[in-house]
Amino acid sequence: MSKYTEDDLREELKTKEYEYGFYTDIESETFPIGLNEDIVRAISKKKEEPEWMTAWRLEAFRVWESMEEPDWANVNYTKPDFQAIAYYSAPKSIDPNKTLDDVDPDLLAMYKKLGISVDEQKKMNNIAMDIVVDSVSVATTFKKTLAEKGIIFMPISEAIQEHPELVKKYIGTVVPTKDNFYAALNSAVFSDGSFCYIPKGVKCPMELSTYFRINQAGTGQFERTLVIADEGSYVSYLEGCTAPSRDENQLHAAVVELIALDDAEIKYSTVQNWFPGNAEGKGGVYNFVTKRGLCEKNAKISWTQVETGSAVTWKYPSCVLKGDNSVGEFYSIAVTNNYQQADTGTKMIHLGKNTKSTIISKGISAGKSQNSYRGLVQVSSRAENARNFSQCDSLLMGNECGAHTFPYIEANNKSAMIEHEATTSKIGEDQIFYCNQRGIDTEKAIALIVNGFSKDVLNKLPMEFAVEAQKLLEISLEGSVG
Amino acid sequence: MLQINDLHASVDDKSILRGINLEVKAGEVHAIMGPNGSGKSTLASVIAGKEEYEVEKGQIVLNGEDLEDLAAEERAHKGIFLSFQYPVEIPGVSVTNFIKTAINETRKAKGLEDMPAKDMLKLIREKSELLEIDRKFLSRSLNEGFSGGEKKRNEIFQMAMLEPKLAILDETDSGLDIDALRIVANGVNKLKSKDNAVVVITHYQRLLDYIVPDFVHVLLDGRIVKSGGKELAHELEEKGYDWIKEEVNA
Repeated sequence: MSKYTEDDLREELKTKEYEYGFYTDIESETFPIGLNEDIVRAISKKKEEPEWMTAWRLEAFRVWESMEEPDWANVNYTKPDFQAIAYYSAPKSIDPNKTLDDVDPDLLAMYKKLGISVDEQKKMNNIAMDIVVDSVSVATTFKKTLAEKGIIFMPISEAIQEHPELVKKYIGTVVPTKDNFYAALNSAVFSDGSFCYIPKGVKCPMELSTYFRINQAGTGQFERTLVIADEGSYVSYLEGCTAPSRDENQLHAAVVELIALDDAEIKYSTVQNWFPGNAEGKGGVYNFVTKRGLCEKNAKISWTQVETGSAVTWKYPSCVLKGDNSVGEFYSIAVTNNYQQADTGTKMIHLGKNTKSTIISKGISAGKSQNSYRGLVQVSSRAENARNFSQCDSLLMGNECGAHTFPYIEANNKSAMIEHEATTSKIGEDQIFYCNQRGIDTEKAIALIVNGFSKDVLNKLPMEFAVEAQKLLEISLEGSVG
Repeated sequence: MLQINDLHASVDDKSILRGINLEVKAGEVHAIMGPNGSGKSTLASVIAGKEEYEVEKGQIVLNGEDLEDLAAEERAHKGIFLSFQYPVEIPGVSVTNFIKTAINETRKAKGLEDMPAKDMLKLIREKSELLEIDRKFLSRSLNEGFSGGEKKRNEIFQMAMLEPKLAILDETDSGLDIDALRIVANGVNKLKSKDNAVVVITHYQRLLDYIVPDFVHVLLDGRIVKSGGKELAHELEEKGYDWIKEEVNA
């Protein structure tokens, strides 16, 4: 009798490949590997940047040179050789004055594979989209529709040309060049990313979306996103990421800065699905990202993230609650499987009076992976009546993975109220059998249990994204119960 | 309906069932009684197809089909339902979502489309009324924070929704007060028909006042050592199990 056991299932699923692991052969222009001042200048020149921008980059580069790569995170990996990476790679056949119709057919085919045909996106969804492949922004849809409301949504390289006053005023104000090693590196070499400005009192009528993909081998991706919500405005912003399967590790070091002025609200949602490496832990993206938002008076910033990809993740989307009555939220699902390592969480810095923050973190670990939550809640002496609620839940599958929680609390004002709750649970064989007995097979049972566990966070995602995120959770965890 | 022949089963190399023979026909209610550790729950789990149990010998046949090669979910698709003694919690998954998934997965296995939402709603309404279940209850996370009575009522609700051919109720009376017991038993009685069968596993005779069995079997050390009508249950209630042990050992 051959029974289809748990082990058979696991074995069979191991061969399932990373769904987005294709490579598109597009002619591209890649700079020589290595990093020095000349490369930084060359990137800036390539982008025809004004002098202030070149100077800003060079300053960042000099700071970076004097810095050391941080090693306090709960992750182990071979440090990248920063002189073995190409810092600029652009699909060659892109005309700077492109419209959607002129986009390389190979590129368009690639979007189709990704399930994000630009054409369809344009027609069917109320989502304006900027797509960054390797380092360059290739298509921004809905630009005109948005322009009628005074909303600016464009590649940051264009914004530097067309709206230098805004870029110059805000870039590096939330994440300074010398903030950390990767932020400094990004500031020196970023080649593109998205820029968004919502004018006073405007509610952005559609979701804005950026899609990132690394395609070229041996390149790093360093995109830079800057979102400014002027007084009383509102915007919901989505960000998705994939990369092809490769044996070597690829580096991704992005910076995202959000600025919510008085009474403004920014919702920033991410579904991160960079290549996690294969089942033996070979390859995969190093995702070292700095994301931070600044809230002025009565402003609100919500970060929602679903992290299923990358070999190593180092990421702490944070809120600086500068203005009185401002609100920061962080909702996160981080999934690790096989040999993935994630050290992720948030920082809530309470500076203003009556500031409030909420942290809901759901970590799911399977295989031989390690999943850490790291969070800081800091209340300054001036922040009267600050409130924080944190909840960190971990779900374990099998006996070889790890879940860790590192909460840091610094309260310097006696009126602060800080609550922290944490739980750890395991998907049990009893749960699986219960589902099986009701006619639900093991794979579906895991999906059901994981979705239930993640519900509080999935509910925070915009509708279209929530469906995609649910699917992604299922794919990431297939065959991982032991 | 169900035919069990000389069934031997073990868990972790410990032999628990040692030659069970049982036949259950459509329309019948069977009670399986016995002291703690006699193998009652093991029998239920083995019929349902729990993986940790190894069937060493013998067969379980449902409507002419040997179940040996079927996984637990496939057995469920064939119409086997087990009401658990200790139903598990699944946080964040509502009772409604869970039962919807169970029904649609079963339909999928049979090559059917998902049940249309309005039919599902109608069915849920009907069955929850039958079991006096409050609508709010259906939106709660499965078994999370449920009282003993709520858990068991939820099991019977799922049974009502899935309409199994063979329902095995494992210690459904444990943890129930008398009102809950009456509601649960009434539910089971309403679901009974000439086309399905019920096996009630219980420690005490109490439940059998409400769900009246056609046959009572006594399980001892992994074997059915005595079978009889419903009066056997009363005898056990009065005299305990010792006299049977003596009879067997004599």
